[in-house]
Amino acid sequence: MIGRIGRVLGLAALAAMLAMGGAMASETSLGAPVPWAMGLQPSGGPVKDAIHSFNTLVLWIIIAITIFVALLLVYCIWRFNAARNPVPSRVSHNTPLEIAWTVIPVLLLLVIAIPSFRLIYYQDRARDADITINVTGRQWYWNYAFPDHGNFNFDSRPIPEEELQPGQLRNLQVDEPLVIPAGATVRVITQGADVIHSFFVPSLGVQKYTIPGRIMETWMRADQPGVYYGQCNQICGVNHWFMPIMVRAVTPAEFEQWVGQARQRFAHTMPQQPAGVASASGDTIHIAAARQ
Amino acid sequence: MAHAADAHGHDHHDHKPGFVARWLFSTNHKDIGTLYIIFSLIAAIVGIGLSLLMRIELMTPGMQIFADGQMWNAYVSAHGLIMVFFVIMPALIGGFGNWFVPIMIGAPDMAFPRLNNISFWLLVPAFALLGGSLFVGGGPGAGWTIYPPLSDAEYQSGPAMDMALFALHLAGASSILGAANFITTIFNMRAPGMTLHKMPLFVWSMLVTAFLLLLAVPVLGGAITMLITDRNFGTAFFDPAGGGDPVLFQHLFWFFGHPEVYIMILPAFGIVSHVVSTFSRKPVFGYLGMAYAMVAIGVVGFVVWAHHMFTSGISVDTRAYFMAATMVIAVPTGVKIFSWIATMWGGSMRFDTPMLFAIGFIFLFTVGGVTGVVLANAGITQILHNTYYVVAHFHYVLSLGAVFGIYAGIYYWIGKMSGRQYPEKLGQIHFWMTFVGVNLTFFPMHFLGNQGMPRRYPDYPDALAGWNLVASIGSYISVASFVFFFFVLWATFRRGTVAVSNPWGDGATTLEWQVSSPPPFHTFDELPRIR
Repeated sequence: MIGRIGRVLGLAALAAMLAMGGAMASETSLGAPVPWAMGLQPSGGPVKDAIHSFNTLVLWIIIAITIFVALLLVYCIWRFNAARNPVPSRVSHNTPLEIAWTVIPVLLLLVIAIPSFRLIYYQDRARDADITINVTGRQWYWNYAFPDHGNFNFDSRPIPEEELQPGQLRNLQVDEPLVIPAGATVRVITQGADVIHSFFVPSLGVQKYTIPGRIMETWMRADQPGVYYGQCNQICGVNHWFMPIMVRAVTPAEFEQWVGQARQRFAHTMPQQPAGVASASGDTIHIAAARQ
Repeated sequence: MAHAADAHGHDHHDHKPGFVARWLFSTNHKDIGTLYIIFSLIAAIVGIGLSLLMRIELMTPGMQIFADGQMWNAYVSAHGLIMVFFVIMPALIGGFGNWFVPIMIGAPDMAFPRLNNISFWLLVPAFALLGGSLFVGGGPGAGWTIYPPLSDAEYQSGPAMDMALFALHLAGASSILGAANFITTIFNMRAPGMTLHKMPLFVWSMLVTAFLLLLAVPVLGGAITMLITDRNFGTAFFDPAGGGDPVLFQHLFWFFGHPEVYIMILPAFGIVSHVVSTFSRKPVFGYLGMAYAMVAIGVVGFVVWAHHMFTSGISVDTRAYFMAATMVIAVPTGVKIFSWIATMWGGSMRFDTPMLFAIGFIFLFTVGGVTGVVLANAGITQILHNTYYVVAHFHYVLSLGAVFGIYAGIYYWIGKMSGRQYPEKLGQIHFWMTFVGVNLTFFPMHFLGNQGMPRRYPDYPDALAGWNLVASIGSYISVASFVFFFFVLWATFRRGTVAVSNPWGDGATTLEWQVSSPPPFHTFDELPRIR
């Protein structure tokens, strides 16, 4: 119920954003910050959905606790000030009360912890990934590789303010977005090259450091075609603030087409291998299409 | 309680050394405490000045006053390190700890007066090194967490980072010596009859803090030593190309770093307990629970460090453990919050400035505490890690928690320390300015974090401009309140009323209120007896 309200609010915010960005690029931006928004970015996939419903539970609990403490303080100030209560009591112990305020928080934490554990095991890694992408953070751009599709890779660099087209978002637009099929479960492998960066796309509920010497795994899925923005989220030097992430989710057919073009454009990045090895890529797309 | 002040009618007991001997070679805990507080105020001018520049930069999108990201990163790092090591710790531990631990336990001075002196004087070159590093090369631009490889020589070349690391070493040595001094003093020099379970809660908080320092700071020392040799002598402790591991540094740093946050907040807990009890005219509710809640926070605080590393690739089972352990801390913290409220309950409260800051502390620490519960959940932290939500959280517990604790302590004790009571009206104005300013600054940061704004950014997407503007306006009010605080101090010394031994009435029961204001140079000529 509460989750649904959050969803509705998110959609309302999204509608407001779309109304404002009349001149926005042809593609729908589904995951980007919104002026004056207070809550999380709208969800673009199942991982973020799970975070949203859990976050809503925790948010109501912490709001209730904060209001409870505030009311107690206000009551004390109103009732137990020197004017109204000139003679203080000397009570300084109440064992049942002390047990209560130890045990009740423990119970509240259990209410939080159980869904929280479920969430982290769900987020941890993709059970049946449709495609795998390798993400490498570099000073100060991203490199994306597609090992399932012939292992071509390309750099994704931010577009400076003076070169932005109308409707493109400052500090978020890149020259070569990461393209994924909508509805496909994407295994994300992160690896480091120079310093630590963090691959962070809030609307898809995904974040992982890219650490030199380590290979780490997470996953994401975009339910709808559209653009989902993120930014590097670990201090990485002078241009830390200027290495955005742009994820374009497209229909499986468009993805197939894009892969075909990309394999030619980035042919120089592909390892030499015998023909036919990369044909497996077609299968993963069919799975994605079936899922959708 | 004994009336120890009676013995001080004879002024030959109160002989003070000359200026140089008194302030440079000081061995008197009260004078060293004063030096620490003055030092902390000077460092605060620098640290708060840096944050003002950062908020000016962030007020509107685009680069305004900062040359580039490196300069920004250096300022961010310096702001964090200065506020932690040179403002909050010196004020709470070196300042109030030195001043009031010996008096409260009825000891004539600290156990090792000369060690106390070197603890203070190590901080001065440390601060000079850190401040100087901002002017050398590009400054130490790796954040206060100084994660390699960014802090390695390849990415932070030049001596700025080394200067910052040596500054941390000196500040760390100062802390370790101070901690040994406090532990020895508290264990061995309590007045007859002052058992551990009769000790005032501020002394308990300092005891726990000292143990945290003693156990945590050497780990930082080890980590930054390895970083220094990685940078300068070709070792590869944190360099994967040589078999090292950047994540190892994160573990070592946070093994220190997490207890460090309790080091900053526990003394404030102690001060707030005294203030709430004094101005409610009631003894602290659940004294033993309060004391052992601090011990529990200290112990559990050592086994939760990797909750700072939920996106660093630690395994999911490890995340599950650190998540559960972190949530456990909410329990003793809740005990403290509810015990403070229960202390007020049935009391006869006066709302002098220290009490305002204490009540503000309780509420704002609750806000920072519950956002801590949110962040304890690795599942949510996956999208809030390193965002402004985290910045909001730790400023609520530190900038609004620890700093409110410092202000509460200053207004509570300034009459005792200086002999001049502050003007009440000015203190109240200062409280309300600070309260409005810091909330306006930090509350919108929760929204920015929810929207995915990463920390340590000098420029941000245009959609985030609104709340950033609000936060910057809030920070201007906060800075104005800080300037106003200096005016309050000036007014206190210039035309404050002469403080009596105990200006707060029968709620103030600890030993410092039994001696004159200011206390004689040697507080106790004969040891008080505690009934």
